[in-house]
Amino acid sequence: MLILPELTIFLFSVLFLFISTRSKKGNILPYAKLFSALVFLISLISISKSGELFSGAYRIDLFSQVFKMLILLGFCLVIFMFENKEEIDDEFLPEYFMFIGFSALGLMMLVSSVELISIVIALEVSSYSLYVILPLRKSQTRIQIEASMKYLFFGAVSTGIMLFGMGYIYGIAHSTFLKDIIPVLPGFLNQPIGLIALVFTLTGFFFKLSLFPMHFWSPDIYEGASNTTTTFIGTIPKLAAAALLIRITMLAYPGSMQFINILIILAALSMTFGNLVGLVQKDIKRLLAYSGIAHAGYLLMGILALSKDGNASAIYYITIYMFMNLACFYVVILLSKTGANVTLNDLTGLSKRSPLLALLLAVSAFSLAGIPPTGGFTGKLFLLTSAFKAGHLSIVLIGAVNTVISIFFYLNLVRMSYSKEGTVVEPLRLSFKEKVLCYIFIFAILYMGILPFGLFEVFKASI
Amino acid sequence: MGSERFKAMEQLLIMNPLDFPILSTTIFLPLIGAILILLMRNEKAIKVTGLITGFITFAVSLLIFINFRTDTHNFQFGEHIPWIPNYNINYTLGIDGITIFLILLTTFLAPICMLCSWTAIKERFKEFLFCILVMETAMIGVFCSLDFILFYIFWEAMLIPMYLLIAVWGGPRKDYASIKFFIYTLFGSVFLLVAIIALYLNNGTFSILSASYKDYSITFQTWVFLAFAIAFAIKVPMFPFHTWLPAAHTEAPTAGSVFLASVLLKMGTYGFLRFCLPIAPKASIYFAPLMITLSVIGIVYGGFVCLSQTDMKKLIAYSSVAHMGFVTLGIFSFTLFGLEGAMLQMLNHGITTGGLFLCVGIVYERTHSREIYDNAGLSKIMPIYVGFFGLFSLSAFAFPGTNNFVGEIYVLIGIFFQHKIAGFFAVVGAVLAAAYMLRLLKQIIWGRVDKRVIADMNVREIIYLLPLVLFVLWMGIFPRPFVVVMEKSLSFLMTQMRTYY
Repeated sequence: MLILPELTIFLFSVLFLFISTRSKKGNILPYAKLFSALVFLISLISISKSGELFSGAYRIDLFSQVFKMLILLGFCLVIFMFENKEEIDDEFLPEYFMFIGFSALGLMMLVSSVELISIVIALEVSSYSLYVILPLRKSQTRIQIEASMKYLFFGAVSTGIMLFGMGYIYGIAHSTFLKDIIPVLPGFLNQPIGLIALVFTLTGFFFKLSLFPMHFWSPDIYEGASNTTTTFIGTIPKLAAAALLIRITMLAYPGSMQFINILIILAALSMTFGNLVGLVQKDIKRLLAYSGIAHAGYLLMGILALSKDGNASAIYYITIYMFMNLACFYVVILLSKTGANVTLNDLTGLSKRSPLLALLLAVSAFSLAGIPPTGGFTGKLFLLTSAFKAGHLSIVLIGAVNTVISIFFYLNLVRMSYSKEGTVVEPLRLSFKEKVLCYIFIFAILYMGILPFGLFEVFKASI
Repeated sequence: MGSERFKAMEQLLIMNPLDFPILSTTIFLPLIGAILILLMRNEKAIKVTGLITGFITFAVSLLIFINFRTDTHNFQFGEHIPWIPNYNINYTLGIDGITIFLILLTTFLAPICMLCSWTAIKERFKEFLFCILVMETAMIGVFCSLDFILFYIFWEAMLIPMYLLIAVWGGPRKDYASIKFFIYTLFGSVFLLVAIIALYLNNGTFSILSASYKDYSITFQTWVFLAFAIAFAIKVPMFPFHTWLPAAHTEAPTAGSVFLASVLLKMGTYGFLRFCLPIAPKASIYFAPLMITLSVIGIVYGGFVCLSQTDMKKLIAYSSVAHMGFVTLGIFSFTLFGLEGAMLQMLNHGITTGGLFLCVGIVYERTHSREIYDNAGLSKIMPIYVGFFGLFSLSAFAFPGTNNFVGEIYVLIGIFFQHKIAGFFAVVGAVLAAAYMLRLLKQIIWGRVDKRVIADMNVREIIYLLPLVLFVLWMGIFPRPFVVVMEKSLSFLMTQMRTYY
């Protein structure tokens, strides 16, 4: 059973599809949690599987299995984080789980696809599910509708551009299989057609990763979607996008100067823009959106090194990004009792209201900023080292300066929760499960910072 | 390949002769104590556990000192464990004559910092102690690390507890001060990181020993020196990068100020000694006139600014700028006297300024004001206090017989040997020091005559100030034992620099 993880998550969605047709729904959350944990375990078991399906269009190897495991881990964590009854109407809950499951399925198919058409289909499976769940938000007026429309249109445009690029690739290589494209494409990279083909193809994933200039959707969508939906959209698709960026830039090896320069410019603009605009944000979800744009730029530093180490560090970074981002969002979810957005001012006095939550926020914010001994630092160190090794000193310096810019707003999160007295003083009581999740996040972030070797070996082996 | 490199490195590193990893023990004991504290609830037990951890750590570090060999310039008590083999990052520790005293200073001050906060910190004492102990771990780690990444992790990790110490337990402007402190220091550190990566790509390893004493090209040295120098100059802080210091010093709680002044600032000058000079000797000499100019400006400017302060803590903070100017002056005089003087000054400043901050903390706890006027005329009211304060003040302007006198004389000899003009201005700075310290002292002792009731120092306060007094006098009257320990390492540094210049 090569595709057991995919099948189980498919079953997960189908199960909720059937539940959604029943008139009396009951409390389905425990089932969702149980099932998602099961799916994650299955993906762990099948991590060493390898093989090819559908005449070579679907490849199962360590690379895809690692990413599937990460996607399902993120998926499982998101389901476990979901608790707030005020976020999504109860009657839509089964559909919500169904579509979130389909989206995860699409992402899993995406990381296994090694053929252009399969890539597009997998990407669309995951995107369409997200288009549907975006407007599901309780007690908000228009904002979520606007967000979902924007997401739909931007998504459509970026897919269009991607297909355009893929068309050129097909024109160059006369094949949609990546393995046939690899020998042909590098020869064309010094010509505009090869460059346009490759960069346009990457655009679809730039969109998912919210990399400049395909970032326009992210702040509005983060703000408009419900907290849990944002958690999902802001984290899990980025894993798959990183995987595909790695897979498709591999087509360009050893790479041409123009191609690398384009990536360098995009990375530099992305991190600078994200961090500068992040400075003035008041809504934490918007802030995290801009932080996501900046992190997409950091991530690209590893990929543009076009080396095994560079790719491994990109995987490492996206993994730690998943943990720290989820941790930040978890604070947002727990703080927002009514499902509304959380602003910076809502953080005041957090260290008195709930020391654990304040600690979680501090750890994840320091990690996002890249301060040792958190995973964010170790990941960034790997990225900077690979980019430097490939000789791109300029982007290394820009990345370093950006770290300083970004510390302003990450530190602001900590500052608000530790040194400002708040108007709300009632303590925030966390249930046992919530505490456990907080500790898991803190542990993961610190573990990835201090003991990176085991994971890094696995990631390197998977390239 | 890795083992060959390690062999080359081994010549400089004597492995640990004891049957347990003593440096790791010293580094991680405070962290273990910190974690223990987190699990406790009883306030009394927390205080006692913290203090005991501090004392045990100090005892272990004394054990290092006892076993320290003064007959070699090599690094001792070495520990070497591969950490991230992919990038050749190792867990390498080792100390030499330069670091042994800095470690001792850290472990010596930690229990004092805990004692001085005994009643001053009213809320969240547990978290406070946690921060202090984590700081201690990070600071010892910085001085022990012989691997760039390990060093960088400790160096940066220290920012977080220090930030929290200021931001949570600080004074009225804690918000501004803590942010400024954090961002300023981080700004310097990122360039440090880039330089570290550049060195790695050049050497294939993050080992500090493998990177030192090599013949890099002059362009490479220049860039590495500049990147390092920004980070360290901010930490020291040298003149134009000093503006974070008064804010942070003033707003931090007493224990935070003591750690900041006594240990954190030393990391900058330690960085110059450990990284800039051995790795970029040519660039160091090339930039020496600039560094000397900045040091002299720092000394004179710090002195003049001190003259106009009305806030005790601010005055001491600016006097730190001036004192640290002497240290950098000594380092960049490139004479053995200068280097020894710089090392002595680092220790002296740690003890004296630490003592002064503790004194301010003691009076602040009683009057809740740092203004000189509010605390003036204490001679009749708090005689014991004035005695201690007077001694530390005398020491701060290098009165003969106190520790600073010895350090400054060494530095001045060194600098007069190289730059007469710089030496002249340094002497002007020393005179200014006498002016502002005496002005402060006069105010505190006789400044105002009225009948106030302020309790004099209690036994606990006397107990934690006495060891500092001991060192003030000991290092002032008989500094030879201290010089002997650091002599070998410093003269080795000097000869290596001459070879590679």
